[in-house]
Amino acid sequence: MHFDHKHLLGIEPLSKEEILAVLDTAESFLEISTREVKKVPTLRGKTVINLFFEPSTRTRSSFELAAKRLSADIINFSKLASSVVKGETLKDTVLNLEAMQSDAIIIRHSCPGAPHYVSTFCRSHVINAGDGAHEHPTQALLDAFTIRQEKKNLDGLKVLIVGDILHSRVARSNIFLLNKLGARVVCVGPPSLLPQEFEKLGVECDYNFDRAIEGADVIMMLRIQLERQQKNFFPSLREYREIFSLTQKRFRRAKKSAIIMHPGPINRGVEISTDLADSTKSVILKQVENGIAVRMAVLYLLLGGKERETTD
Amino acid sequence: MEEKIKAKVMDAPKIRRALHRMVTEISERNRDLSNLVIVGIRTRGIYIGKRISKMIKELEKIEIPVGVLDITLYRDDFSELESQHMVKKTEINFSVADKDVLLVDDVLFTGRTIRAAMDSLIDLGRPKTIQLLVLIDRGHRELPIRADYVGKFLPTSKREIVQVQLKEIDESDEILITEPAEI
Repeated sequence: MHFDHKHLLGIEPLSKEEILAVLDTAESFLEISTREVKKVPTLRGKTVINLFFEPSTRTRSSFELAAKRLSADIINFSKLASSVVKGETLKDTVLNLEAMQSDAIIIRHSCPGAPHYVSTFCRSHVINAGDGAHEHPTQALLDAFTIRQEKKNLDGLKVLIVGDILHSRVARSNIFLLNKLGARVVCVGPPSLLPQEFEKLGVECDYNFDRAIEGADVIMMLRIQLERQQKNFFPSLREYREIFSLTQKRFRRAKKSAIIMHPGPINRGVEISTDLADSTKSVILKQVENGIAVRMAVLYLLLGGKERETTD
Repeated sequence: MEEKIKAKVMDAPKIRRALHRMVTEISERNRDLSNLVIVGIRTRGIYIGKRISKMIKELEKIEIPVGVLDITLYRDDFSELESQHMVKKTEINFSVADKDVLLVDDVLFTGRTIRAAMDSLIDLGRPKTIQLLVLIDRGHRELPIRADYVGKFLPTSKREIVQVQLKEIDESDEILITEPAEI
């Protein structure tokens, strides 16, 4: 069982074994957050930088707590409070932060490939915390961890990903991961937000939610990303809700044991009805809880051991 | 890497007798056995701990809980390791606060594992006492640590490897001294 990468840039380049190594490691970290002293000394003396060019609550604080529970020092950097507003480039920003002897840089950026670019000149380990509509690897890992917790095995499960697939890095990372672990992935959404090209990634596309949800084991709802929609992708929010919102009536068509997931933040009453979001079928808060253990595992696996030669 | 077996140090009956003797010592020293808990260090410490618990039950009719400690996250050579060690679970389903904790490992060598284990235990709570039981003490300590209960003192050279095999995970109960073959 090995995870031999310098950076975590996406799920696409990982093998099934490497994904399982992260998930198994995360199992061991879960218990630490339930202790009275929620801390182990493993990464003492390491410096981690949260470099977020886009807003975030969950991911940023989850990474921060993960680093702190491993005893690393972490600083938070947000775009608005920095010299980026004075015109400093991404490269200069990273080089300056790195001059402060960082060991890992966690980056979120609206440009796809920004973490990959940073990793070409950066000495530190780079972790992608979301790059545009490309990938969000730790979200997919924590989703898989949560599914595994509920269903034991991902192999053969029918997983629905519903909503704005086009703009979703969460969907892309999940598609890569779920395919590698043998799940059957069905994407659901309006044609304008679910181009047929997605079938090339090895998923089924269905534009009829009521039909697709039959027999589903996992239903992953995505947020309608209003901030990414300058163009009109659907006529009105009301119409979208009619056709693609997860309601009790629709949910009854899924398997009895089906679970509901959402990467957050949720728009209550838009993509998911409030009663379902708060129901026992929903594992949304479990996802948040597991996120810390999964991110601890990622930090541990990247920062543990000597500097490696591998480049990726 | 080829290994050469140099000596068989203990077989199943000898291991059993050593454990029995240590159980007697434990009950002699701990007047209140109901306050005792056992924590086995992964991997072989767990099985030795479970055997000790079973023997105490036979002798004193008292159930001693056994927990599992993984010390990977507390290692002091963490940043020097060539590749990462896989972390396994720590499973201690009882409080160690104010307990007499019997820490169990197979071989006592440099003492660094025990240092890590004690740090880890103290992060879980404040035990009343920590006692250490090992099947083999092979010397070469690098830290000021000693065991309270020792199955066998075994003088070794640093090059030699002490292999404890337990039937729970290995083929049989056996303790061997091996040495890496000449290069």
